Amino acid sequence: MQMPKPNDLVIAGKSALVASLRAALPGDAVIDDIAETRAYECDGLAAYTCPPLAVVLPRTTEEVSAVLRICHAAGVPVVPRGSGTSLAGGALPTADSIVLGVARLNDVLETDYDNRFIRVQSGRTNLSVTQAVEERGFFYAPDPSSQLACAIAGNIAMNSGGAHCLKYGVTTNNLLGVTMVLMDGEVIELGGPFCDPGGLDLLGLVCGSEGQLGVVTEATLRILPKPEGARPVLMGFDSAEVAGACVADIIKAGVLPVAIEFMDRPCITACENFTGAGYPICEALLIVEVEGSEAEIDHQLGLIMAIAAQHDPVEMRESRSAEESAAIWHGRKSAFGAMGQMGDYICLDGTIPVSALPHVLRRIGELAQEYGLGVANVFHAGDGNMHPLILFDANKEGDLALAEGMGEDILRLCVEVGGCLTGEHGVGVEKRELMSTQFAPSDLEAQMQVKDVFDPGWLLNPSKVFPLSVSAARRDRAA
Amino acid sequence: MADVKLRADPAADLRPMDEAALAAAVAQAEGPLRIIGGGTRPVGRPVAGQVLSTAGLSGIRLYEPGALTLVAGAGTPLAEVEAALAGEHQRLPFEPMDHRALLGTDGAPTLGGMVAANASGPVRMLRGACRDSLIGVRFVDGTGRAVSNGGRVMKNVTGYDLVKLMAGSWGTLGVLTEVSFKLLPCPETVAVLRCGGLDDAAAIRALTAALATPFEVTGAAHLQLGADGAPVTMIRIEGFEQSVSYRAGQLRAALAEFGSFELEADPARAAADWADLRDVRGFAGAPGDVWHLSTVPGDAPGLVARLPGARAQYDWGGGRVWLLVPEGEDVRAKIGPFKGHATLVRASEATRTRIPSFPPEPAPVARLSADLRHRFDPRGILNPGLMD
Repeated sequence: MQMPKPNDLVIAGKSALVASLRAALPGDAVIDDIAETRAYECDGLAAYTCPPLAVVLPRTTEEVSAVLRICHAAGVPVVPRGSGTSLAGGALPTADSIVLGVARLNDVLETDYDNRFIRVQSGRTNLSVTQAVEERGFFYAPDPSSQLACAIAGNIAMNSGGAHCLKYGVTTNNLLGVTMVLMDGEVIELGGPFCDPGGLDLLGLVCGSEGQLGVVTEATLRILPKPEGARPVLMGFDSAEVAGACVADIIKAGVLPVAIEFMDRPCITACENFTGAGYPICEALLIVEVEGSEAEIDHQLGLIMAIAAQHDPVEMRESRSAEESAAIWHGRKSAFGAMGQMGDYICLDGTIPVSALPHVLRRIGELAQEYGLGVANVFHAGDGNMHPLILFDANKEGDLALAEGMGEDILRLCVEVGGCLTGEHGVGVEKRELMSTQFAPSDLEAQMQVKDVFDPGWLLNPSKVFPLSVSAARRDRAA
Repeated sequence: MADVKLRADPAADLRPMDEAALAAAVAQAEGPLRIIGGGTRPVGRPVAGQVLSTAGLSGIRLYEPGALTLVAGAGTPLAEVEAALAGEHQRLPFEPMDHRALLGTDGAPTLGGMVAANASGPVRMLRGACRDSLIGVRFVDGTGRAVSNGGRVMKNVTGYDLVKLMAGSWGTLGVLTEVSFKLLPCPETVAVLRCGGLDDAAAIRALTAALATPFEVTGAAHLQLGADGAPVTMIRIEGFEQSVSYRAGQLRAALAEFGSFELEADPARAAADWADLRDVRGFAGAPGDVWHLSTVPGDAPGLVARLPGARAQYDWGGGRVWLLVPEGEDVRAKIGPFKGHATLVRASEATRTRIPSFPPEPAPVARLSADLRHRFDPRGILNPGLMD
């Protein structure tokens, strides 16, 4: 993976820059010691590292504004960072950049149960938003699997999803407003604790823009009353095609589960060996969860099992209690850990039309043979968001490149069948060069024109999202 | 705005039959274009220009019921899509408002017009607006460039989300040519709880209480003047029959302190009530201008109280307020600053020329919006001034 050559002039100006930042911020908010900046050299895509020039950890919107004004004036690139859990390298620094971490912006600013919203500083973790309101029976719906650690700022940057988005949507559907600082230090408000913008939907544009349009410091989020209960059913099938047909039939029957998770044989085996969850070893396993009162859950699970029964399942196991639900979910939730125990892996994130599932799984199997690498599939089956895990050996020369090559082939396949490169992780640096397989030059140009409007100097997270050759003219102009 | 020649005598309407022809028409346009889907939503500052109709870009291109996905040309009549979805017992998730009764228009609403207006109905507070179910767009910008964004899958964070930007942009950034949606199954049963005689503040408190329960309310509205001339507060629940009857019972009990919420027994009447509410038919044909407020539900009754001559219809639990006010009244000036915004939806051309229909934005946001329009439409020919 390539990164652009850092700007030597910016690097040479480090001490002056750090002095300006120190003058504008409290003493502990600026980190420039080389040993300490190393903690920020990568995010969840840990194969790539680069320590930044310096790190700033502001506590207020005003401090963020001061940082951006200084960097703007000095022409210094800024890499915004939430909790650093990006799997796409969204927070990967460059040697000539400042990392602006929002981790200290973690207060709850306002909780309004009557009007069903919460306003938080953007460094707050996803799970802690729900924890702030659950005593009153509310929750914040988007639940990425990193929710214990990931920040709302990063959720907004990547428009994060989660297991329950079939029913509740992703971040953009639950985000009501933001306070955001533009690269020149100007503070703007978009949206608020009400529905829909009065003019152009700039909030919708900002959500998912990977920290390239501004730094979000506060967010107003929709909160929802918690359902009375939820329970899953586990179903095993002897082919992916049959499991896929079962999913389509459940959806067509008018049941709207909150989650439909799919696992293939390698993934089932790995999870079973790792957790002993008692999964049937078969070709395809579905976990379908529904919500409501006990009677409502019984009714919906009954409908789902009646549909599944027509597809000759090898096993159906309806949860009857919280313990049984936990047991069913235990294996699935340990999938990444289970795979991690087997070796290093790359986690992909393409989305495909649900109808293409059997074809795509077959092709992935063929690619695994060609590349000689192991692959396991977990899949949000309701919405077509796939997470193939490609196993490799980081200590073996060339193995990472091989795995990345296979990953790229799988993502191209996703686009080929009508899907997309990323469903919830974002483009970052990881899928940057593949953007041209999904978008025509004019499509990318239209997106880059949006960045021109918000950040004319291309200083915010500049080497992400767009293929380097495509964004080169704009970035060079800025430098 | 770019200097454009305004034709005194516009040529015949443009009605391209595909995206390439539409792109050529826009590229060759010598003056402002007035973009028309079904022509049923004449909202905003009146636009003078040659009519560019999307009617030729019609037809469902892909419908996969098992994947809850639909792709269609922007000129496709909404009725055609709704009929196809009904055949599979599915629907658009956001209950799009039909503006014809309120605005006194005829014609057939199109998908493109619905998206351009980000039209939604009572269920919006739970399932989102049109923009939340819109998963892909193709459009032609003001230079004649065709752009694709999003796609046909419901989980997609690849690149910037221009899909959201296009929804509710009223044709000022580009002419939509194709739109994709995620769909939902139709519910087996719909039930309505109705309580008469509550004043605005009590009604909003009752709706707030209902919306804090886990019983998944899909409609929460209050009309100062219901069908029988008295105030009526309505709550809607949908789903499987057994579940709906359980939740109706729970809600009635939970709301007993506010009044007696009675279950509407006649499904046809329940459906008609919500269609009337969605389309604001209570204000159809009534003299006066119609405004729309989007605000914090709890603040809504207080805002309405600042407008003594107004009639109000509350939707979204109070978060959306439809107002019928005397002709020419500037609601923004009368209410003053509040959390949310006010949009002028129905008024004479003279009033819509004098008072901006869309809420003025703070300077830095207005600059971003203007700059975006300038990048996508440098000549300023697409519905120029409509949102100003």
